[in-house]
Amino acid sequence: MYAFTFHRPTTVRQAVNLLAKHEDAKLLAGGHSLIPVMKLRLANPPVIVDLSKVEGISGVELKGRSIVIGAMTRHVEVANSQVAKDNLPALAEVPGSIGDPHVREAGTIGGSVANNDPNADYPAACLGLGATIVTSKRKIPADEFFTGMFSTALEPDEIITKISFPIAKKAAYQKFKHPASGFALVGVFVSKRGSDIRVAVTGAGSNGVFRVKEFEEALKKRFAPKSLEGLSVKADGLNSDIHAGADYRAHLIGVLARRAVADAVKR
Amino acid sequence: MTAVSMTVNGKAVTADVDSRTLLVQFLRENLRLTGTHVGCDTSQCGACVVHVDGKARKSCTMFAWQAEGANVTTIEGVANGATLHPMQEAFREHHGLQCGYCTPGMIMAAIDMVHRLGHELDDKTIRQELDGNLCRCTGYHNIVKAIAAGARAMK
Repeated sequence: MYAFTFHRPTTVRQAVNLLAKHEDAKLLAGGHSLIPVMKLRLANPPVIVDLSKVEGISGVELKGRSIVIGAMTRHVEVANSQVAKDNLPALAEVPGSIGDPHVREAGTIGGSVANNDPNADYPAACLGLGATIVTSKRKIPADEFFTGMFSTALEPDEIITKISFPIAKKAAYQKFKHPASGFALVGVFVSKRGSDIRVAVTGAGSNGVFRVKEFEEALKKRFAPKSLEGLSVKADGLNSDIHAGADYRAHLIGVLARRAVADAVKR
Repeated sequence: MTAVSMTVNGKAVTADVDSRTLLVQFLRENLRLTGTHVGCDTSQCGACVVHVDGKARKSCTMFAWQAEGANVTTIEGVANGATLHPMQEAFREHHGLQCGYCTPGMIMAAIDMVHRLGHELDDKTIRQELDGNLCRCTGYHNIVKAIAAGARAMK
């Protein structure tokens, strides 16, 4: 890893100012994505802005009809949050499948969403629930936030402060875990909130997380696994790698979507 | 250089380190506490697990300065003098190791597991919770037995 200097701001404003001042600075949250890529010299930030001392950007709250999660809330906290489990269990179940217990003790929701790893789980939950990503300067709908593999709508001096998830009565996440890494080979998050029906897929798209409009339209007629029978996603544009081919991933999307809808209707 | 101060196994320590220094390097190279191991160095294997403020963390995936002011416990800090910690004793009793390389991380992860989930741990829970600790010798069978016994012995 190359040398760097670091800062430990205590307010969002200080952190934003540091980003504005140091063009190549990187934010450090839980560190479980950034530190490994720094070791590999795939990321070589000369300046690191550590968010762990920033006040007021951690915790899980029920606000109106939404679950609001601070950006620095760690995976273990979301998984154990009674308010999340009671009101939006499908969301509370997502972090339990990330990494391992020690990783979940460190990793944060803001870090995961800002990194937008194409195999990460939280981007699917954000898109699958129609979350709003609240930053130091604005509110960004999930539909506009994820702009491609490892890229987001965040500006260079913009920091996620919290993420607001509208409570959907019916929602579920189904993940086909890579047995070694635990990452989603494919993950499908489905939700139904009134007439807003969403099917979001992670792990499969070459541009990261995406929605399957055809599945959503079919589920609008009737929100049941049967509605998806015979429907499939085209393999074009899906990832093919040593772990799985595009055809297999396309097949998994259909299977996992049906399972997720089956789980969701049981809630 | 960055000045770091923390409490390691009950003892206050201070040192000047490069900002790149990982917590595991600080423990091993500055403090010469070589019980904490580096296996994969990619956050997978868990040989480097220590407790930071009572929670199991992979010390290869945090900088030493991130533990500023923290209370760190390593494998060297769990025994009571010459008396092994009940989890260490259970690993000895149940042959929960062969080469021993993963053992410090396994024991720190196992103690954390008891802190989080209690003293009655079934095999399924133990195997699931060992997701972040790899062993290349034992096939895990005796590790699982050792953790179940050690968890009860920690009551």
